[in-house]
Amino acid sequence: MSETKKFMYVNRRAPYGTIYAWESLEVVLIGAAFEQDVSLAFIDDGVYQLVKGQDTAGVGMKNFSPTYAALGDYEVTKIYVEKESLEERGLTLDDLQHLVWEDEDDDWAEKDSIRLVSRAELAEVFSGQDVMFNF
Amino acid sequence: MPIEVNGKTFETDEEGYLANINEWEPGVAEVMAKEDELELTDEHWDIINFLREYYEEYQIAPAVRVLTKAVSKKLGKEKGNSKYLYGLFPYGPGKQACRYAGLPKPTGCV
Repeated sequence: MSETKKFMYVNRRAPYGTIYAWESLEVVLIGAAFEQDVSLAFIDDGVYQLVKGQDTAGVGMKNFSPTYAALGDYEVTKIYVEKESLEERGLTLDDLQHLVWEDEDDDWAEKDSIRLVSRAELAEVFSGQDVMFNF
Repeated sequence: MPIEVNGKTFETDEEGYLANINEWEPGVAEVMAKEDELELTDEHWDIINFLREYYEEYQIAPAVRVLTKAVSKKLGKEKGNSKYLYGLFPYGPGKQACRYAGLPKPTGCV
């Protein structure tokens, strides 16, 4: 693969009602191996995917939420969360996992991966992408 | 094909990965290595244990590139490179070491 493309994965659904959230995460991790410029966006019910303290014992599914913390290791450092989607669900940034990545060029300093953006700002980010995946 | 370890039977999938990660015990790695005609040393165990800790924390088996970087950080640069890791696990550090560790095949392993 010769040139880097900008890949955006848009996550719109709650984590456990369907397979979309987990499938998206798997595709992201596989895609990251190809060293593309990867971003994730969480909008609508998709913001629930990042809520901390998830417990899936009651629904009998694997709790894959710890895997989001591995995204930094896969050099996925741009995670956009839509402000309006959070607000509409009575959530704030404090309800979400604190996701970080380590900057190798800055003595492995931990940096925040989550970027809180408005609907309008996110539209701007979307328009700059080469490839969009909807989950 | 199921494998026998100390008289106990462990189910595996069609590629030889353990069906249930929670059943794993060190003997599983020993038996799998023996089938590959590999003698497990402390250096192998460092990687196997590292992979188990990684899975415990993130619920996935890391891709080789991620493994290399993480090993480099934890065990030092001289171990965190693919030459060293392939030296230990000639069938590929991702696939082979994860299998010994009872993990599923790494996500993003192509």
